[in-house]
This record gives sequence, structure tokens and C-alpha cells, in this order.
Amino acid sequence: MQTRNIMIVGVGGQGTLIASRILGGIAVTAGYDVKVSEVHGMAQRGGSVVTFVRYGDKVEEPIVEEGCADVLIAFERLEAKRYAHFLKKDGVLIVNDTRIDPMPVVIGAAEYPENIIEDIEKNHTVYRADATAIAMELGNPRCFNVVILGMAARHMDYKVEDWYDIIERTVKPATVGVNKRAFDAGYNLK
Amino acid sequence: MGEKKLMLGNEAIARGLWEAGVKVASAYPGTPSTEISENLVQYKDDLYCEWAPNEKVAAEVAFGASVAGVRSFACMKMVGYNVAADPVYSAAYSGVGRGMVLTVADDPGLYSSQNEQDTRAVSRAAQIPVLEPSDSQEAKDFTKLAYEISEKYDKPVVVRTTTRLAHSQGIVELCDREEIEDKVYETNIAKNVMLPANAIKRHVIVEEMMEKLSEDACSMDINRMEIRDTKVGFITSGIPYLYIREAMPEASTLKLGLVHPLPRKLIEEFASKVDRVIVFEELMPVIEEQVKSWGIECDGKNIFTKIGEYSANMIRERVLGQKLDITPETNVPNRPPILCPGCPHRSTFWALKRLKLHVAGDIGCYTLGAVAPLSTIETCLCMGSSISSLHGMGKAKGEDYIKNWVSVIGDSTFMHTGVNSLMNMVYNQSHGTVIILDNRITAMTGHQDNPATGKTLMGETVPAIDFEKFCHGIGIENVFTVNALDQAAMMETIKREVKADHLSVIVAKSPCALIKEARTKKKCVPLPEKCVHCGACTRPGCPALTKNSDGTISIDATMCNGCGLCRQLCRFDAIKEVE
Repeated sequence: MQTRNIMIVGVGGQGTLIASRILGGIAVTAGYDVKVSEVHGMAQRGGSVVTFVRYGDKVEEPIVEEGCADVLIAFERLEAKRYAHFLKKDGVLIVNDTRIDPMPVVIGAAEYPENIIEDIEKNHTVYRADATAIAMELGNPRCFNVVILGMAARHMDYKVEDWYDIIERTVKPATVGVNKRAFDAGYNLK
Repeated sequence: MGEKKLMLGNEAIARGLWEAGVKVASAYPGTPSTEISENLVQYKDDLYCEWAPNEKVAAEVAFGASVAGVRSFACMKMVGYNVAADPVYSAAYSGVGRGMVLTVADDPGLYSSQNEQDTRAVSRAAQIPVLEPSDSQEAKDFTKLAYEISEKYDKPVVVRTTTRLAHSQGIVELCDREEIEDKVYETNIAKNVMLPANAIKRHVIVEEMMEKLSEDACSMDINRMEIRDTKVGFITSGIPYLYIREAMPEASTLKLGLVHPLPRKLIEEFASKVDRVIVFEELMPVIEEQVKSWGIECDGKNIFTKIGEYSANMIRERVLGQKLDITPETNVPNRPPILCPGCPHRSTFWALKRLKLHVAGDIGCYTLGAVAPLSTIETCLCMGSSISSLHGMGKAKGEDYIKNWVSVIGDSTFMHTGVNSLMNMVYNQSHGTVIILDNRITAMTGHQDNPATGKTLMGETVPAIDFEKFCHGIGIENVFTVNALDQAAMMETIKREVKADHLSVIVAKSPCALIKEARTKKKCVPLPEKCVHCGACTRPGCPALTKNSDGTISIDATMCNGCGLCRQLCRFDAIKEVE
């Protein structure tokens, strides 16, 4: 199989690491060669963060390069805009339709762009949802990342049981139930 | 076949250390090397591992353990290698008892560092062999091989990683631990005491060993000639090898696992087999300059760069001449890292800003005090430098000049090298004000313990170094511990001490907002009916606060930890604290 390129972008602290580990873990279970590239350190303090997941028969580089992503998963709108050029021509964007102001916007040194998703939709297929609100309804706003993964799972060929299994093995035991419900909520979104 | 597991490069190195039978490991945390020790501690039934106060100590601990006859290890990020340079340069002369390996992690692209130095260049100067793996499997294998090389050639050996390797996961096949018998210690003063008369003899051996290793390297499996299409041949190592495999799988490559010393004959042979040689290495032209010095024509930094990370796209554009149709979005505001909601450093910096003081800063989360809206830190060089810089300013311009300055340094950074600088202020009679930002943890690298936290890497509870007693002990009378989150007390203490004609230390104490000691049920809640829209509460840039369109504020309850800074800054009681 040709290598699949998945990218997760967001704001440090949003849970991109866990999401990338779930994606990496499920690919290993399916018998693929896998590489996952993460960001640790300073950027995790509220900065813009990127993780890459690549899987296939044989994976060489651990990163996804500009113009090469099959699926871009964005945990926030501005971050979707920042990394949209990583998408392939027929790449798909899955975006958490939420806004987190970066410090330059907070202090009035820059403006948060308008119509981000509409602009990206001109060139790419976009699936959007306010996953934070969905997760809030489920009782744990922090598991919005798994809602998004549920949406992304629609574009990957793993069985739902395999997703449940890797969620069980990756998240904290106390949050397995709510994370599975979060996955379902994302997976079943229209 | 052993079990296969998806592992971070750093996790794989830790596994390799355990499999290699290592018995003693010491380290100071530093991105991107920290997870090695954090993973190594899971094997604590079979080995001893620790956080040292700094990298020099860690390297010396490893040296002592090696001389005593066990396989030993130290790790650090590349700037820590400078701190460890003193013992490392001389350990290259003394050699080892049992194998001694260091992992040094470079940071091309500056994800979390203050410069882009190249460990290969430092190791070349120190006459230390360097191995460079390309993925997690090699990270484990090369770590084990490093011990064999260390013992065979009587040398400490460096395994060099980069951020991309250290923080990428790949599939690793696990093996069992090798039980290595301790080497019986024998007195050998000529080898282990680097007096000039001994060192001059050892230097001859150092040169001979490096020459022999360079020759032997020509037949090592890890230096691998892959001849495919011979129009272009890349000489490369580490992560960049994978970019070539991605962009030009048909090209010939000489993949070097040992990057110092270089296998000259093998390189000459490879160059003779291909039409065009390209050296593809991130950061400094370490390989390229040596290859050119042997009269081999090659491309390298003339088409690539010394700055940042490489990529497959770089090869597509600059070697294959492809035009990649990629247009990054414009008009995307930056999202720099920021201090967390409830971070006690924000409170300290806000007090300093209100007092209009200049700040000599140091290395840690709190370096973000240089970033808007705080913008108070005006200098930051390296670990421990805030205190010595302040002292230098005082000596340059007089003690009155530094009444407008303070130095700030974190608890772990103070233990690392700040203590030496503070002793200098005592000894050479400075009147400056030093603020120790004591958040009870080494926060920036992900919450490691240090000598002031009272916990060790292996989970033991130990006596914590007391900053007040420590400062009194070296002769500083004026030491004040203040709750960092108490704005009024911070303002008053700092204002008083900067004016005083004596050296003072203020311990600004409050736990990092991310550790359990800081967890409270307290929240700050806005009272819009009392709000006069002055904006005083949002000015320090707490990410939990948002200004609404009508001028009132919202406080995100999931982010707020009730630190109370915004409440203290509100003169209209428009923010209340609730449990």
C-alpha cells in the first residue's frame, strides 16, 4: 500500500499527542509500518503544534511534507489555515470549528482572519464540526480530540472495534467510556 | 523474533541501554533528550538512574561508574554538552573502564533551544566517536553498538540524535538484557590521572585509536554503501537519509552510521562509483569539509543550508529541479508559546513590569517573560547566566545602575549553574537583586525533579535543598520568601530590595500551575455588573481571559485555576474567587 499521510495540528495542550498515538497505534495493530512524529518542549506551552502519522508497507521519513497530506486534522480554525498548504490536491481537511485567539490577537497586534473554512473549501473537501461543544455535551470537553478522530475514522479503513480497542489501550482508564462515546459521536456525524 | 513495539527514538535508546546491560545513568533534562531518562527509570530494578544538577556532573558520574567497572551512560541536549565539555575532553584521553556512552540531542530547526550548534563538530574537537541513527530501531541498535565501540577502542562514545529522531516513533524489535560482568578495578594512575606527563602520552594513544577506528569503520555494517543509479550519489546519515529515500529512492547512497571519525577509504570508493557526489547533512558541513579536504569534489552547502531541518521536498526542488506548486497561506497570525493560565511566573513578571524594572533572564518556561505582553526579560544567554550578567552590569556601570535591574532564574536552573554565579556576587560584593522563581519543579522540559524538590528520578523522597538556608550559608543575609501569586507582597518586596545597598535574594514561591501541588477547586468569576471595562485584568495576557465585545470579560472555567492575579488587578471588585 502507498504510504498514507495524516497530519494533526492544533494548539499546545489540546491533546494532539494522544490523538497521534491513537492513530499510530491502530496502524500498528493493522500490521502496517508506522512512523509518528511529535512535538515536545516549548511549543507545548500554548504554541502552534504539529504531529505527523504515516503508515503503509514501508515508511521512510517520519514527517509529512508540504503538498503531501492525505488528511489534515485541525483542532482549531487558525491552525487549519496555517497548515492548509500541506494538503494534497485531493486531500481532506477535518476541522474543529472553534476559535482560540493567539497572543498577538489577544493584545491587538494582529487580527483573527475571517472565513477561514470557506476559503479552504474552495480547493479541498472540508468536514467541520464544533467538536468542543459535542464533547462538552458528553460531559468532558477535553475529549473533543477523540470526536475529531471519529470524524477522521470515516476516511480510513479500520473497523470500529479496532478503534475502540486502541482507545482503551491509549487513554487513561477512567476516561475510556467517555472517549468511546466521543468517538461514536464523531464517527456518526453527517 | 522478539516483540515489536512502536517507540519514540528516546524510548528506544532507553531500551537499548537496558539491553546493553547499563548499570549507572545520569542526566540533566533538556529537550529533546529528556524522555530517555524518563523511560529508563522503568528498568530501575536492573540499573541505577538519576537526575544530576547539571550535565557536567552527569558526565562525571558516568565516568566514575565506568572506571569502577560498569557500563555507564549520561545524556543531555546539545547546549548541555558544552557544560559537560570539560570532563568529556579529558575522558577522551583517559578512556573507559567498562563502556561509557553519552547521548547528545541536537535541535535543528530550534524547536526548543537557544542555538543550532552541531554535536558532531564539538565531538570532533573532543576526539569522541559519534554514531548517528536514522530511526527508532537504529537508535536502540546503535546504542548497544556504542558500548562495544567504547570498550574496543577505549573511548567514551556519543550517540547523536536530533529532535526529529528523538521525538519520532517507529517500530522496534525488542531483545533481552545482556548481563555484563563488572570489570575488576585496577589502579592505573598513568591512564586515569591527566597530569601533563600522563596526558601527553595518552594523546598519542588517542590519535592512534581514532586512526584505527577510521580504518575499521570502512568495513562496519553501519556504514553502508547502497549502489543504485550512479548518476547521483549521496553521502548522508541520520534522519536526512530518510529524506533521500523518500525523494530519490533510485539514487545511490553512502549511509554513515559512524559520523566521526569518517571512513575515508569507503568514502573515496563510493565517490569513484558515482558521477556526482552530494553531501546531505543538516547543520554544519562537518562531513563535506572533510570530504573536500581529501580532494573529492562534491556539492553540499552550496545547494543546501546550514540552518534548520532538511526535507524530501528540498531534494525534489534543488536536486531534481522540480517546481513544487505550494503556496503557504498569508495573513496567519503567529501563535507563539505562552505561559499557562495560572502560571505563577506571570504574576512575578507583572509585578516587575509595573515597577518598570529591567530583567536579566535565564533558561526555562519563564524565558517567555520576554514575549508580549509581558516583555520584561531583556537578556537571556544560557543556564545560570542571569545572575552573572547582572553582576557584570553592576561592575560595568556601578551598583546604582543595577537598582533598575533584577535577575530571574528558575529553581532547577539555579541548582544547575546559578549557584556559582551567586557565589561570585557574594565574593565580589554585588548589590544586585536576584529572584529565584521557585515553582517546585523543572517545568519547561515536562516536570522533572531536581535537588530542590525532595524527590529523585527513581521515586525516593530525599531532603530538599532549602534556598533560604543555602543563601544564608554562603553569606547572604537578605533572603525573603514571598508567595509569587501575591501581587502586593511581590511589588513591595522587590521595590524595597532593588533600592537597598546590599545583595538580596527573593524566593518567589508558588508551584507550577500544571503540577498537582497547584491544583485547587478555586476559580475566578467575572461580575459584569461591576466591570468598568478598564482592561486591567486582561493586560498580563492570561489565556483564560477573553474581552467580550461589550468590554466586559469572560473567564474560561476549564482553564482557570483560581490563581487570583486578575482579581488582584481589578480595582472595582468585578472579579470574585469561588471554591
